[in-house]
Amino acid sequence: MTAIFRHELRTDFHTLTTYLFGACLLAFIGIWAMMYNIQASVSNFEYVLGDSCLAFVVIVPILTMRTLAEERRQKTDQLLYSLPITSFQVVLGKYLALLTVYAVPLCLIAVYPLIFAQYGEVYLPTSYGSLFAFFLLGAALLAVGMFLSSLTENQGFAAGIGIAVILLNYYSVSLSEYVSSTAFGSAAALYVLILLLGLLIKYVTRNEKLAWGVGLVLLALTVAAYFVDPGAFEGLLPRIMTQLSLFERFYVFVNGVFDWTAVVYYVTVIVFFLFLSVQSLEKRRYN
Amino acid sequence: MIEIEHLTKRYGAVTAVSDLSLQIGSGQIYGFLGPNGAGKSTTMNIMTGCLSATQGHVRIGGYDIFEEPRQAKKLIGYLPEQPPLYLNESPLEYLRFVGQAKGLKGSELTGQIDAVMEQTGIQEMKNRRISALSKGYRQRVGIAQALLGDPQVVILDEPTVGLDPLQIIEIRDLIRELGRSRTVIFSSHILSEVQTVCDQIIMIAHGHLVAFDTPDNLEQKLLAPSEIALTAQADPARVEALLAGVPGVAVAEIRQEEQGRTAARVLTGGRDIFQASRDIFLAFAAEQTVLLELTPKRASLEDVFLELTESDAPDQPQREEEAV
Repeated sequence: MTAIFRHELRTDFHTLTTYLFGACLLAFIGIWAMMYNIQASVSNFEYVLGDSCLAFVVIVPILTMRTLAEERRQKTDQLLYSLPITSFQVVLGKYLALLTVYAVPLCLIAVYPLIFAQYGEVYLPTSYGSLFAFFLLGAALLAVGMFLSSLTENQGFAAGIGIAVILLNYYSVSLSEYVSSTAFGSAAALYVLILLLGLLIKYVTRNEKLAWGVGLVLLALTVAAYFVDPGAFEGLLPRIMTQLSLFERFYVFVNGVFDWTAVVYYVTVIVFFLFLSVQSLEKRRYN
Repeated sequence: MIEIEHLTKRYGAVTAVSDLSLQIGSGQIYGFLGPNGAGKSTTMNIMTGCLSATQGHVRIGGYDIFEEPRQAKKLIGYLPEQPPLYLNESPLEYLRFVGQAKGLKGSELTGQIDAVMEQTGIQEMKNRRISALSKGYRQRVGIAQALLGDPQVVILDEPTVGLDPLQIIEIRDLIRELGRSRTVIFSSHILSEVQTVCDQIIMIAHGHLVAFDTPDNLEQKLLAPSEIALTAQADPARVEALLAGVPGVAVAEIRQEEQGRTAARVLTGGRDIFQASRDIFLAFAAEQTVLLELTPKRASLEDVFLELTESDAPDQPQREEEAV
């Protein structure tokens, strides 16, 4: 695993996109910090992070698109398969390299609150709590991006899907509020989402039976739950989306609450998508 | 060294490898021969753990490649059909990564990298970018990668494809050299190459094993029903009459040539070809008829290949229908 990690890190630092990622992150946070903390003299650094996280929509896919898709395109995945290392080690090594690349600009950013503290009252626990959550949010998105990169050999495709997925996640709560909040509206929206999930499973696993199976079971459960307790469906969709949204969990930290359940949620998402990436690599062995 | 038992690989309705069983010993060069699409690459990918099998087992030095991949893979060096190179690295960086991934460290790592670069002749190119190297050098970097970790088995998938004649000769020499100390398995669809380099030939067609023998034995096998070509200083009628007196041979073709010569092709049926040649010679000598040429025609490996791979062909159209 260390071999993969070191190799990946060296490749990353030889790629323009890595510097682009760092530069964009620094620029975004720099601009917001200038506007809020310096020009408007607001002492809350966490607001800067709260607004900058929109940058992830673009910069995370840029960083992750290459990781696994490029291996597949230049057929070096065959080398990885034939080396005495497991797919898990490959995925973990690559992910840790991504985290390292991501941590470098964050280390620079971590100095900002200290600088601002020299010139006024900055409540550091909230600032650093938010920075920690900001790191976790990025880490979770990196895991998602890496999984998307494992699905294709086309970097552009990986990046495009990545942007779409993260953007959807970013706006999921506000979008879900447009859906009628009546019980029937929520149930109908869930029905559509289940269909989409089924399609996704079908595309990713190429297993039609599995897709139909999962889809139908979820549909049956939804219908059953609807008849048992229609009241629970009122306003259900925004609630589900708030629970699922990676960004919503982050805003809790920005508001000054160190939420351990969110930490657990982020770690779960990371583990889940790393697991999916491993499965995606293994699946190609069974094509 | 390598045991393959009842190996089968299906891609949906298409069967790429079908019930293949093989025992490969150590310290020899094995040529893996078959027409395109015969299942060579699929078999090699399964042997090296890059692909799963639908059925069957592969054991490398006693370790099952699917159940104990770590130990099994340590015994193998593999060069896939397309060398898996990171083009924007130098050979030195690339080999360092592969060596580390194979668990080499410190002085052992640098020592082995130097040794394999020496062996494959890429010392001068070690600091250039791989993307700037020619196909021949890239192939060598690929082979160097396979040799790291000092594996007992080296598996090369079509290592000479796309190289110029000089490079082909160099790679063949390299394979011969490797074969002195380890088991080398390499695939090819060029017969002469396999014939000159290999100790053993594994021939597969349509996913089936059709032959596994030394090059000489394979030729011998097909020698039996062969033919003799002869030219005599006599008219056709006389040649035909003389041949009629030789037991067990049948005239396949006879034609008059200029200056009173006659050329004939004779089938020897089940008889030993050299015994039949001797009888023909004696029959002509007894009648004072001059034989200008008498050639027992040995089957070339090419004939063996064509015969063995085509005899298996009938079920092919059927399979194509299924695939459609």
